[in-house]
Amino acid sequence: MSNALLFAWTGAALCGLGLFGFIVHKHLMRRLLAFNIMGSGCFLMLVGLAQDGRGPDPIPQALVLTGIVVAVASTALALVIFRRWFRLSGKVRLPEDA
Amino acid sequence: MNPRTVCAAVMCGMLVGLLGLAITMRPEAVITLPERVAAELSRSGVSHPVTAVLLNFRSLDTLLEIGVLLLAVVVAYALRETQADPADRMGLDNRLLHAVIAWLFPLMLLVAGYLLWAGATRPGGAFQAGALLAAAGVLLRLAGIRPSDFAHTLGARAVLVFGLAVFLAVGLGAMAVGGHFLEYPPAWASPFIFGVELALMLSIGFALFSLFELAPPHPVSNKGARERSET
Repeated sequence: MSNALLFAWTGAALCGLGLFGFIVHKHLMRRLLAFNIMGSGCFLMLVGLAQDGRGPDPIPQALVLTGIVVAVASTALALVIFRRWFRLSGKVRLPEDA
Repeated sequence: MNPRTVCAAVMCGMLVGLLGLAITMRPEAVITLPERVAAELSRSGVSHPVTAVLLNFRSLDTLLEIGVLLLAVVVAYALRETQADPADRMGLDNRLLHAVIAWLFPLMLLVAGYLLWAGATRPGGAFQAGALLAAAGVLLRLAGIRPSDFAHTLGARAVLVFGLAVFLAVGLGAMAVGGHFLEYPPAWASPFIFGVELALMLSIGFALFSLFELAPPHPVSNKGARERSET
């Protein structure tokens, strides 16, 4: 077992953990955090798998760098929308989850 | 225990198992990408492989990424409160903070410039530099120093689209001289990449800062604060 595979397995575990949090929690902020944990798991899997036995691979690293910026943008967008929703309705959950 | 939670836990456990199995029993790679990148690196205009992939070999990804960032900022602008921003409650009126920022802010700008320049030969580049610029802006904002009403001027919007515009112009320019979209001529790749990265750094920095700035703290009279004061 190599270190790179350990990273990939950890990434898979984070993916499952994030998905679990996403299903179980109803608070929108918790869901956003769970979504980010899932994304981090994917990044870890991508980078970990790619460098298994072949050394660092620039292409997955570049993909993950792009992915991180997109994740930051989507997180910020989600926060702006949540704040607007909270301001308008005073609720921290979606109506179907209430 | 809630059956819904148990069901979710079992399914997520199965997902982790499947992913772990897929990782363990994956097929051998048919092509070795690092070798192909290394073979083409001398034609890319930069000597750091990640920068070469980001801004030359797979620059379409980066172009779309700055598009996504711009889209997020546009939505944030659209959803911002329609009334004028309330009196500034974000700023901490702390003299120590102001003194520290007076030291740190020029250094942060300097490091951002260095990261941008270093991107050609070692880890660094437009995103790291842009993130640092945004952090410098957020630090200023937290200290209560706000750039008047710059966020609502045409200039702010010009800075936001500058990166995407330069990127598109360079890509279309490459088409005009006979290549494909975003296929730089090798002789020109180095200045093209640096120009695009400079524009990207400014746009990314300002876009990330805008996402922070466009969500000011709520006035005290909102519902959450009322609930808190009642309890």
